[in-house]
Amino acid sequence: MLDTEKPHARTIIDLDGVTKSFGSVQALKGITATIREGEFFSLLGPSGCGKTTLLRMIAGFEDPTTGTITIDDKPMAGIAANHRPTNMVFQSYAIFPHLSVADNVGYGLKKRRLPKADYKREVEQALAMVDLGGYGPRAAHTLSGGQRQRVALARALIMKPKVVLLDEPLSALDKKLRDQMQLELRQLQRSVGITFILVTHDQEEALIMSDRIAVMFDGQIEQLATPEELYRRPVNQRVASFIGVMNFLGAQATGSTDTHVSLDVQALGKIDIPHSGLPKGMKPEDIHRVGVRPEMMTILIDGAPSAERIVEGEVTETSYYGDMTYYSVRLNGLETPVTISMRNTAGRAVLRPGETARVGFATDSIIVFR
Amino acid sequence: MVVTFSFWTQNYLDLDTSFTLANYREAWTDPLYRELMLRSLRISLIVTIVTVLLAFPIAYHVSFHVHQRKALWLFLITVPFWTSYLLRVFLWKVILGYNGVLNSALLGLGLIDEPLSFILYNANAVVITLAHAWAPFAILPIFVALERIDRSLLEAAKDLGDGPVRSFFRVTLPLAMPGVVAATIIVLIPTVGDYITPRLVGGTEGLMISNMIQVQFGKANNAPLGAALAVSSMFIVGGISLLIFFATRKIGRGGAD
Repeated sequence: MLDTEKPHARTIIDLDGVTKSFGSVQALKGITATIREGEFFSLLGPSGCGKTTLLRMIAGFEDPTTGTITIDDKPMAGIAANHRPTNMVFQSYAIFPHLSVADNVGYGLKKRRLPKADYKREVEQALAMVDLGGYGPRAAHTLSGGQRQRVALARALIMKPKVVLLDEPLSALDKKLRDQMQLELRQLQRSVGITFILVTHDQEEALIMSDRIAVMFDGQIEQLATPEELYRRPVNQRVASFIGVMNFLGAQATGSTDTHVSLDVQALGKIDIPHSGLPKGMKPEDIHRVGVRPEMMTILIDGAPSAERIVEGEVTETSYYGDMTYYSVRLNGLETPVTISMRNTAGRAVLRPGETARVGFATDSIIVFR
Repeated sequence: MVVTFSFWTQNYLDLDTSFTLANYREAWTDPLYRELMLRSLRISLIVTIVTVLLAFPIAYHVSFHVHQRKALWLFLITVPFWTSYLLRVFLWKVILGYNGVLNSALLGLGLIDEPLSFILYNANAVVITLAHAWAPFAILPIFVALERIDRSLLEAAKDLGDGPVRSFFRVTLPLAMPGVVAATIIVLIPTVGDYITPRLVGGTEGLMISNMIQVQFGKANNAPLGAALAVSSMFIVGGISLLIFFATRKIGRGGAD
């Protein structure tokens, strides 16, 4: 795995062989990972993959069945949630309905018995940080979804925790607000410099916000990498199809030289892949499939610049998105259509189903899989 | 009809239907009635407090610590309703009586030398019997209020540094208040007017205002005075209920400001 972001940052959370069983169901099957100080870390996976359980174990709401969780160099076994240097933003936000906005934000501070003036100042600062200055006296139940989310965030940040844990914090918001909050959250995290751990099932959200992402399936981390690495070099088909869209084609190695592996790929023909393009430990005979991202293929219009390789096919479906058009194209020699996305630049014609498409691609955009 | 009656006068056999406030004057000034009214209020307030204080832990337990058999627990809580109210009162008589179950048991164990007499035919007996009779009515509204508390709020409180005791007083109790108020009013109103229990287990010092009302309508043959007493106690109870309602609402709001 290639970890390019902040390689020298110290470890803030160390997960070592963490498992969790609920009765006979094993929700987590041995999670080992380190999370670095100050990074925006995401746990990404479909529902039921164990990501929320893992987050709740870090927060102290669940105990691992086996394995250890270390936060800030202190083992967390036997330490309850109220004594951990973590604070959580709940999926439901869990805003106290009987308290005002200011009392919600200052809830955790009350116990520290600060002088009244200091307490007030801290609450006001926290509210200002999430753009809710002046909202203090409001009743919590009058807030909108986005505002509740900000209150929940301010309530966590005011505690100055080592780690902020976010459990699908944006899933209840509508798309426009979600897009805006993604950027704001990211900016806020950069400015306060506190480690954020985000749980999400939305791959786009994870890609946009995170420094590193752990992709989880069935209680295991399949791949832990930066967003770019994850998108460009997914370790297996499951990760590849979960992160964005991927076209899979059958393939077989036909020969190998010092520098290249020759593949015979369905519909695309003979393709040479450099050895460096193979994931670590993979032998040429392990290759059974290749993947191509929709944007790595181009539908060539007459007179447009040519591509390294060209194959032909028939358009079976056209989905027009405004800025983009998604085509389903049945390449010659292939039964299931592949997805190709094209940017709708000025004057570009949109092909209709039934038309013949000339599809161009570059051989270095091919990703190999077992 | 009761209200109209309260403005009339009873003349041995017939009713004088001319308007008068004399009944109310008597009801509010006669020390006997005043004493009975105050005693009724005192007993029912004690009953209410005892009932709610006992009901809360039960409701809390069922709501928070029973996971799979909640329905069964609620079912068991309502079991006393299967027998008639009268029967339950008599049962307490059997338990608390001079030769009753409790005294026999304590005597048998050698803990006491002679039967306890302060447990039956006085206000204590009334309190015990009424608290038992009304417990389910107090448990259910508190249970419902506790069930409605979003459990993530308690996790949030814990996450923000509260131990179990602090989060109980800062989150659980304030959010359960509507149920507690409902339970208080539900128990308080009917117990002030109860007359079976004080009649059967209250002896002479356990008698309450409703017994007097009954006497006025019956033996004393003074229905107008009985009506005036009934209307008066209705107003007093109504006033107290409103007072409780608004006081707790204000406290609830005070926390939010």
